[in-house]
Amino acid sequence: MDFLFSDEQDMLFQSADRFGQERFACLGRAELLSDPEQAELGRLWHDMAELGWLMLTIDEAAGGIGAGSGEVMALMQAMGKHLIPSAYVATCILVPALLKGDEDAAQTVLAKIGDGSAKASGAFFEADSGYHLHHVQLEAVRKGDTYVLNGQKCHVEDGADADWFVVSARTSGASSERLGISLFLVPKDAPGLEVEKFRAIDGHRHAKLHLREVTNAVLIGEQDNAIANIESAVALANCAHLAEASGSMRAAADLTLEYLKTREQFGQPIGKFQVLQHRMVDMMMGCEEAESMVFDAAQLADRAEPIDPLAVCAAKVRVGQCGLYVTQQAVQLHGGIGFSDEIIVSHHLRRQMMLNLAYGSIDHYRSVYAEGQ
Amino acid sequence: MASDLTTANPNPDFKEEVREFFSEGIPENWRTRLRAGLRLEPDELIAYQKKLAARGWGAPTWPKEYGGTGWGPQQLYTFWREAANAYAPNQFHQGLELIGPIIFSYGSDEQKKKFLPPILNGDHWWCQGYSEPGAGSDLASLRTRADRDGDFYVLNGQKTWTSYAHVATHVFVLARTSTEAKRQQGISLFLIDMTSPGLSIRPIRTMDEKHHTNELFIDNVRVPAENLVGEEGRGWEYGKVLLDRERMVTASTAIFLQQTVAAVRDAASRRKIGSSLLIDRPVFASKLAQFEIEVRALQIMVRRLMADAARGAQSGPRGSMVKLRWSQLLQAGTALWVEALGPEASHFRALTGSPLDEDMPYALQGALYSRVTSIYGGTSEIQHNIIARRALGL
Ligand SMILES: Cc1cc2nc3c(=O)[nH]c(=O)nc-3n(C[C@H](O)[C@H](O)[C@H](O)COP(=O)(O)OP(=O)(O)OC[C@H]3O[C@@H](n4cnc5c(N)ncnc54)[C@H](O)[C@@H]3O)c2cc1C
Repeated sequence: MDFLFSDEQDMLFQSADRFGQERFACLGRAELLSDPEQAELGRLWHDMAELGWLMLTIDEAAGGIGAGSGEVMALMQAMGKHLIPSAYVATCILVPALLKGDEDAAQTVLAKIGDGSAKASGAFFEADSGYHLHHVQLEAVRKGDTYVLNGQKCHVEDGADADWFVVSARTSGASSERLGISLFLVPKDAPGLEVEKFRAIDGHRHAKLHLREVTNAVLIGEQDNAIANIESAVALANCAHLAEASGSMRAAADLTLEYLKTREQFGQPIGKFQVLQHRMVDMMMGCEEAESMVFDAAQLADRAEPIDPLAVCAAKVRVGQCGLYVTQQAVQLHGGIGFSDEIIVSHHLRRQMMLNLAYGSIDHYRSVYAEGQ
Repeated sequence: MASDLTTANPNPDFKEEVREFFSEGIPENWRTRLRAGLRLEPDELIAYQKKLAARGWGAPTWPKEYGGTGWGPQQLYTFWREAANAYAPNQFHQGLELIGPIIFSYGSDEQKKKFLPPILNGDHWWCQGYSEPGAGSDLASLRTRADRDGDFYVLNGQKTWTSYAHVATHVFVLARTSTEAKRQQGISLFLIDMTSPGLSIRPIRTMDEKHHTNELFIDNVRVPAENLVGEEGRGWEYGKVLLDRERMVTASTAIFLQQTVAAVRDAASRRKIGSSLLIDRPVFASKLAQFEIEVRALQIMVRRLMADAARGAQSGPRGSMVKLRWSQLLQAGTALWVEALGPEASHFRALTGSPLDEDMPYALQGALYSRVTSIYGGTSEIQHNIIARRALGL
């Protein structure tokens, strides 16, 4: 990849960039997000299906495109640039990576994801799990041909509108053993499943699950041996989020640079003040650092499966820090207007704050990195 | 050390008195919002103001002759400290700390009689109409104009970021009465009733999803000449006193930061990761300790600032320093709090009526709000400029 997009990747970026520009201007963003019917967001999702984006990472064998990480990166950077708040990463990156097996149920779900008729998410985190994927207490007990699931998932990223959940459950072993974790596909209307829904500050919609004697669940992959699959799928979801983060911080930095040239105080453009020039340089360096790491992660992801976990940890930490820094300073350099809803920079900051929490905070990944060294 | 502010417990009787006052009547449901550095709702702040006024403590920083307590810095420090301990709020400042002191310093006797008592007893709510779309950091470039017309001034222009204009009964406005002299010299200060015809507001939506600020449109608003403060063309000077006081207010705000420390500690003491509590994990414990140490250091700086005041000495740039550090620490503390909440920290609003984590949405709302504390009241960059220019002669 040589830290450049290929022609195809560039075309994908351009088309997603146009899509974001035309369909997702900042103006009216609040109305669009707060519509309980999610009408316009539903149309956006439908159009994304038409463009083929929803099947981007689904294997060709399963009817998808089977694109590589460079394509994902290109698309996600444009999504970050325009802050398109969709369940894309959960539905179209995470879940296809989890559903690698040939189970009929999995194939059905992938087909529906690909044509835009269903959304899905992965349910891993529990009240006491922190961001450790192997800390699983939700229990699945085999009874004859079926499993009975009991327990809770305290946070499902982008899970509020999911039609299916891929749930990690303990089929054997103690609560934080790596062995003994299995994956189950559970439809949202399974008897015994309660889905609580929440909205975040960036317009994304998450869920919390309560499973009480849920039997309508299909085992995915091998029993007891799901942790490696979960971790590598989450790593890919992280990489996609990091590309989104880099697109978003670059957009916020570009807007700020523009603002420094046009906003005047004390009879001159504020960009004439040296302290702001230096700050702006630091912001651009943050973008540069983040983009480099995102390119590198995408390259690594294509080269080996699973992707080197330390590389993803490092990127999660540094891209996260750069994203917060850049967008906080974007708000700061805009002054009061940066704090308002009407200017997109404040939305970029909110998204960066939430991206930082998605699948694990900076501190979590730094600790994992320290332990893995 | 010259001041008894440096000793731990100089006046036990006063402290007891204050402690007793705060021991009851402070609603539990204020706590989380205060810990997040958020302002309470106007009706709650008015109720609190009235409670203080009934006790004779409506204006802790004012001299006795205008209904204040006449407390010295030592007593003020004790008062704020106890208020913070009891999870009472900081009083709303725009009347009490901004326009009130200007009125008693430069206002006419009529103005003092008419406007000071209702600030004390919570009947008037003042908002500050200074900033304009083109005049933020460079306030002296403001363009709202006031033209004399007999016994009136007629004001025209647009203000922005006018916080609480939607609940205020009055607004104090800086407007240009002359364009000839040096920019600063043509500016005058007016006291305006919010019901005056020609005033209108438009809410500004902000990223913390809380309505606190507005645009204020001033369209041929007739203000009686008696509502001009002091002399025509000298509003800027009075305004500068205001800006200095705004920084003193920050000193009291800094004392309230200990509430945020407690919030992080509580959240981390509740949250389990595997078999251990977050607060017991060395990485987090050490981050919390760092935050607490910095808050402690700031509070010692505040005591020094107030010891200056007790001696009648100038504080130089110390007010600006405290404002800078306070905003940094509120930003750091609320971020740490959000981190302590874990994966559920992104559940800001329930869509299906479910309960939220007990700190939500305020921890996150506080983290968002904290971003503006380095922008309003003079941005951090401007504070640095002030210190560099005034204190360092650069
Ligand atoms: C929520 C909120 C509430 C507010 N409440 C009130 C209120 O009640 N009443 C009121 O009158 N005002 C209020 N303000 C306005 C506030 O005081 C201004 O936002 C502030 O003074 C900054 O002005 P500005 O927003 O125009 O930013 P600008 O002055 O345009 O600043 C933009 C950027 O340039 C930087 N900058 C500007 N000049 C320099 C310089 N010389 N050197 C280096 N950097 C510089 C700033 O630091 C900032 O980063 C409020 C603002 C907000 C956001």
